[in-house]
Amino acid sequence: MKFLLELQSEEIPARMQAAAADQLRTRLVDALKAAGLAHGAVTADATPRRLWLIADDVATASQGSAEEVKGPAATAPAQAIEGFLKKTGLSREQLEERETPKGVVLFAVIRREGQTAAAILAEAIPQIVRDFAWPKSMRWGAASQSTASSRWVRPLTGIVALLDGDVVPSSVHGIASGRDTRGHRIHAPSPLAITSAATYADQLRAAHVLISSAKRQQIIASRAAELAAGAGLALIPDAGLVAENAGLTEWPVPLLGRFDPDFLSVPREVIVLTMRTNQKYFALADGAGALAPAFICVANLEATDGGAAIVNGNQRVLSARLSDARFFWEQDLTAVKANGLDGFLPKLSDIVFHEKLGTLADKVERVADLARWLCESGAVPADPALAEKAARLAKADLVSATVSEFPEVQGIIGRYLALVIGEDAAVADALRDHYKPVGQSDDVPTAPVSVAVALADKLDTLVGFFRENMPPTGSKDPFALRRQALGVLSILQAADIRLPLRRLFGEGATADQLMDFFADRLKVQQREAGVRHDLIDAVFALGGEDDLVRLLARVKALQAFVETEDGTNLLAGYKRAANILKAAEKDSPLPFRGGVGGGAVGAGGDFPTPSPSPEGEGSELALAAALDAALPQAKAAVADERFADAMAALAALRGPVDGFFEGVMVNDPDPAIRARRLALLARFRDAVHGVADFSRIEG
Amino acid sequence: MILALQGYWGSHGCVILQPHDLEVGAGTFHPATTLRSLGPDHWNACYVQPSRRPSDGRYGENPNRLQHYYQFQVILKPSPPDLIGLYLGSLDAIGIDRARHDIRFVEDDWESPTLGAWGLGWEVWCDGMEVSQFTYFQQVAGHDCAPVAGELTYGLERLAMYIQGVESIYDLAYNDAGVTYGDVFLKNEQQFSAYNFEAANTERLFQHFKDVSEECRALASRGLPLPAYDQAIKASHIFNLLNARGVISVAERQAYIGRVRDLVKAVADVWVEQVK
Repeated sequence: MKFLLELQSEEIPARMQAAAADQLRTRLVDALKAAGLAHGAVTADATPRRLWLIADDVATASQGSAEEVKGPAATAPAQAIEGFLKKTGLSREQLEERETPKGVVLFAVIRREGQTAAAILAEAIPQIVRDFAWPKSMRWGAASQSTASSRWVRPLTGIVALLDGDVVPSSVHGIASGRDTRGHRIHAPSPLAITSAATYADQLRAAHVLISSAKRQQIIASRAAELAAGAGLALIPDAGLVAENAGLTEWPVPLLGRFDPDFLSVPREVIVLTMRTNQKYFALADGAGALAPAFICVANLEATDGGAAIVNGNQRVLSARLSDARFFWEQDLTAVKANGLDGFLPKLSDIVFHEKLGTLADKVERVADLARWLCESGAVPADPALAEKAARLAKADLVSATVSEFPEVQGIIGRYLALVIGEDAAVADALRDHYKPVGQSDDVPTAPVSVAVALADKLDTLVGFFRENMPPTGSKDPFALRRQALGVLSILQAADIRLPLRRLFGEGATADQLMDFFADRLKVQQREAGVRHDLIDAVFALGGEDDLVRLLARVKALQAFVETEDGTNLLAGYKRAANILKAAEKDSPLPFRGGVGGGAVGAGGDFPTPSPSPEGEGSELALAAALDAALPQAKAAVADERFADAMAALAALRGPVDGFFEGVMVNDPDPAIRARRLALLARFRDAVHGVADFSRIEG
Repeated sequence: MILALQGYWGSHGCVILQPHDLEVGAGTFHPATTLRSLGPDHWNACYVQPSRRPSDGRYGENPNRLQHYYQFQVILKPSPPDLIGLYLGSLDAIGIDRARHDIRFVEDDWESPTLGAWGLGWEVWCDGMEVSQFTYFQQVAGHDCAPVAGELTYGLERLAMYIQGVESIYDLAYNDAGVTYGDVFLKNEQQFSAYNFEAANTERLFQHFKDVSEECRALASRGLPLPAYDQAIKASHIFNLLNARGVISVAERQAYIGRVRDLVKAVADVWVEQVK
């Protein structure tokens, strides 16, 4: 059998429809599963005025079931038997007595009758409606006298529930299910009786309602593209806007409108934003890719005049909005021409960035200093004066009229205004780009001045919030500090910036916390790139490394190395040596350099010195010689940041180490020999630690 | 148009009221909506309300923005079945041909921080222009609405521009004898923009804010929520003026909104106690 459920309501917000359809589907599938009712494919979708679902091949009834529960012995005390009867809901006569090796035991066989599909669905529908979770729901109507009254996203107005051609009777929120629905508000306003689940889509299509959101989207996208092409223009594709318009219409009819080309003096981003966000219009481009003075809106009906009045109305609305935008833009133009972008700066003192971190003017001051320092210290190859200037102007547009009205174009407006008054192009770009990257897929700035301001802005925010003890906790990150840190990492990597973070953070608990925070963010970021987190730990554990670009280069070389045969074997040899040393050090402190805590790394590299007078058996001498040969090479390679070469130098130790373990017993009965061999192993361990803390490497 | 709306909603059981005689930011502030939406009584009313938004003044230079304009407000408690259908009927009544125009309900959840109120609903678009706000009140002054009221607000100037097909508010015909909206209101917009942005004496306004706040609390505690509510409305408008004068910083802004909300809440607490 085929089951149809349609939940009608007043207009459902477009953004909620897809998730609601999914939820409806999941809830029905779960309910049928719980009731043991077999079914085939289940499809769910939505229009603005209805959520609907069709389940194919629904079984006529669920299978009956029998459950067997073992109880107490027949001879058990009355109380125990009483308890078992209560638990199973049966009477003493209904229990079966069975012979078992332990005597006669009572068994309860609980049978459940199969239920018809109609009965199961009649019970499931009210449950689904009552349990349904909307992002925001409301009460309505006379029933709302009680604050515990029914809730739905907007008033629920009707329910169609049909199993093949028969109504599944049920009632919820004061609404009884039936077969009546509504077609399009204008084209088919009368009640429409649905014959059966199989005819639902066709009957509604005849009533000017396309129940498939995919179909509506397809019509919007293809028709809009046709209209654009017909006008010699190209549609600027926008899948989000297609979906939104499909969620606002039951019978979408795209229409082409135009606006006065004079408005093109307003920045393109502002025009597109106004059209998209405020009006849900598609923007169009001309052959050269420039914004065209035209748009496409999507109406929800086939108007009697072919849409002329609708186009006319939409053109007037857009024209009003664009004159408003132009009013703000021209106000800003007049202001910068008179006073420059600097003219906006005093107003930043009125805007609180955060109560503990001062006003935006305070922040700008700090960011300007930091941007200059980043350049002067050599970390960012930009002119310090330009970077400082860009940082000073970076937030100026926040108090411009245009950004006050359209906050989404922050930075973009700053850039336009800067160009108008002939500001350096690098400075202008930095005003726009210093917010980037905003998300994982956003562009990462690489132009030096932009990099300086973007880094300074983000680092200032991070240091400020950490210093005031407001780091992100768990799922709470109200100031988006994780995103800021990720932004810093992306910029450092993309622009290959060598920034010793410790010089910036200083010492102390807050600085340590920040370093750990960056290490965590780096692991999260690199996990997606396939870099092993244990290898990042192995390099971080060396301590002292605060240049994340260098750290990452080392990690990547390490990963390449440990995945080779040499690397795997060296790791095995290392672990064996480390275990022996650990056991020996537990017995009595030995005069070897211990862990790696104090090992400064990076440019210096902290490798053991060659042994002055090698002695011992052949394999010992071979290892000692190999160490003496490999160490200077590894050390030099690390100093030059040739990490692959450092790994290769270590790889040369693999054979001698294997030979050592095959050739000699470390724990020789003679304490002097044992000590000598342990010392050799310790040198080997320390040599490896000069590259990375192999004890952190898994496997 | 106003007559058509009054006739329509009057025939659907609304009492036809007159504007509240104080400066308010929107028709919602009228006690016939704010206070009457609380409590169990049934209540259906409609009225025109002049509304003042000092910050929206443009010295009469912007064709779409005014610091003083008119709203037509309908409040129906409890919200009747098929309120959307009723609303669409009112558009027919003012002559919008829905077979030629595209009417759309676009999600717009309403929230008034100064009234401590929120509701769910839509902005209603006619050919892409917002012509009404449509809200199912869920909470007012921190109290759950029981029952829920449906509120409809029509922007009268916008609707008139639409119906008359003019590009500027000031070109609207006020009558058939050639009097335009500009003839009636342009000077008002120019002078009040200057007052709101430049001339209002802020020191005195701060003092007024204090005075009306104290009066509001005093009246509320004497069990007089209606007069107390008028004082809260005054506080709200004074705050709007101070805000337009740019003398309230971003941080202070929240604090002032909170103060007005507390006043409204104090009044509503007394009101709810009296009407339950």
